[in-house]
Amino acid sequence: MTSTPLTPRRRLTAAETLSDTRVIAGRQLRKVLRRPMYVVYLFVQPVILVLLFRYVFGGAIATGSVSYVDYLMPGIIAMTAVFGALTTGLGITEDLAAGVIDRFRSLPIAHPALLIGRTAADLATNVVSMVVMLAIGFAVGFRPTEPVWDIVLALGLILAFAYVFSWISAFVGISVRNPETAQSVGFIWVFPLVFASSAFVPTDGMPAAVRAFADVNPVTLVVDAARALTIGQGDALSPALGTLAWLAALLVVFVPLSVRALRRA
Amino acid sequence: MTDAIEAHGLRKTYGDVVALDGLDVRVEAGTVFGLLGPNGAGKTTLVRILATLLQPTGGRAAVLGHDVVAEPLAVRRTIGMAGQLAADDGERTGRANVEMVARRYRLPKHEARRRAGDVLDRFGLAGVADRRVHTYSGGMRRRLDLAAGLIGQPPVVLLDEPSTGLDPRSRQELWTIIDELRREGTTVLLTTQYLDEADRLAQRIGVVDHGRIAAQGTPAELKATVGGSVLRVRVADRAAVDDAARRLADLATGDEARVDRVAGEIRLAVADPAASTEAVRRLDAGHVPIAAVELQQPSLDDVFLTLTGRPAEAGPANDSPAEEAA
Repeated sequence: MTSTPLTPRRRLTAAETLSDTRVIAGRQLRKVLRRPMYVVYLFVQPVILVLLFRYVFGGAIATGSVSYVDYLMPGIIAMTAVFGALTTGLGITEDLAAGVIDRFRSLPIAHPALLIGRTAADLATNVVSMVVMLAIGFAVGFRPTEPVWDIVLALGLILAFAYVFSWISAFVGISVRNPETAQSVGFIWVFPLVFASSAFVPTDGMPAAVRAFADVNPVTLVVDAARALTIGQGDALSPALGTLAWLAALLVVFVPLSVRALRRA
Repeated sequence: MTDAIEAHGLRKTYGDVVALDGLDVRVEAGTVFGLLGPNGAGKTTLVRILATLLQPTGGRAAVLGHDVVAEPLAVRRTIGMAGQLAADDGERTGRANVEMVARRYRLPKHEARRRAGDVLDRFGLAGVADRRVHTYSGGMRRRLDLAAGLIGQPPVVLLDEPSTGLDPRSRQELWTIIDELRREGTTVLLTTQYLDEADRLAQRIGVVDHGRIAAQGTPAELKATVGGSVLRVRVADRAAVDDAARRLADLATGDEARVDRVAGEIRLAVADPAASTEAVRRLDAGHVPIAAVELQQPSLDDVFLTLTGRPAEAGPANDSPAEEAA
């Protein structure tokens, strides 16, 4: 048998996996910059939503002593981040169809790098999207009262939340394979989570059953924590811990599920 | 003699659909093996299992002695793969794409750069190497895909229907490259739907049908099973077709003549090209009016008919989800 000139090690080093991850992430980020569809979805849509909620619904929703724009911003930032996470699954279905995933999987790389790179790229776009949201929020009257590090903590929590949702979305994408299906399935699980929560209206006004769901909904928890950390409404610690517990549990379930699904894709 | 690729009793099922049904194959190192068969026969499934993209349901397969399930990383280090899909990053240059792949084989930067230059040159892409891939034509993208599959200089190359959709010139170029690979000692597994392609490139051919190897051998051996060529005779009077078939029956080698009464046509495998003259002589002597006589090279259909007793396109697995998903 001819010996191969290639590395004989049974496992890849962490540095090699990191470099594979960078390649995957870089590829995705270049695509985002080049495709107007992404620019609209990640940057223009959030702006439109802020304006709509602020000026169309804002007058009709009672949020007590807090102005609606202050109430709204943590919720709409969280929603946008979660919607941003949906692009992970969509992109994966496209890459599966185009053979991109096969190309990488037939190369000597660690397969999880495909998902880590992809979710990392989507996290990066979410950061940019978030900056856009904040800027437009300030422009329409959002005035956080809490210290900067609390605000940064709130944004970090939302990003972590979105990152975990990227993995769920990845799992859905690999499982359904078809972009259109991934999109509709994505909306089926994400819409109730986002809207049956405290993101846009206080949960006390909801019917008992919906409220029971909304109060344990991780979106409510992350938004409540973010609200406490930005405009000082309510307690931050308890919803923040609740969020982290959710995130840990979801990661433990969906990272292995996605990696396994990719191996069988 | 070492086997670069071996599969024993390989099975892959998707629910009730059987994509591979106990397939056995051995490919000797340094040769080109042509895997011939219709869509849905299981060719792509086999290639995907060998490339560690798919896990077999049963049986085992190994590439250069590395088990595809137990040592996937070792397998991936020894294979290069290219197929029908253009999987390169359209936003980057052709050069950046192939360099990126070279780096996945952990080649140092300068070596990756040098090889990228070489391989782009070899595939006639030197002139467009620094253009973004989305400006490439379909043929150029395919060649780039191939270049990416080969830049790691893998000892085993898997090509899944590489010529499908290529124009005649590109196909010719592809054939030249595959010949060169073999001369350099690379083992090539090539799937194709075209007998002429397998015939031209492969030292051995395996005919896949229903997820099994229906027959394998050298191109000459396989052609011998269909008798070398196919004689097609159409009679002017359809009523005379059975009479004509009787007169020509003993010219056929191996299989019986196929009679199409609607078209008034007889097809039979013949060993000797002189059979066509003989056929004309006999029909003339029997006063059977002839509309057409033609000596054809055996087609995939003929090979299939001989080996499996039914035409290739009648494969019930034609739209199996296995091939669909792949």
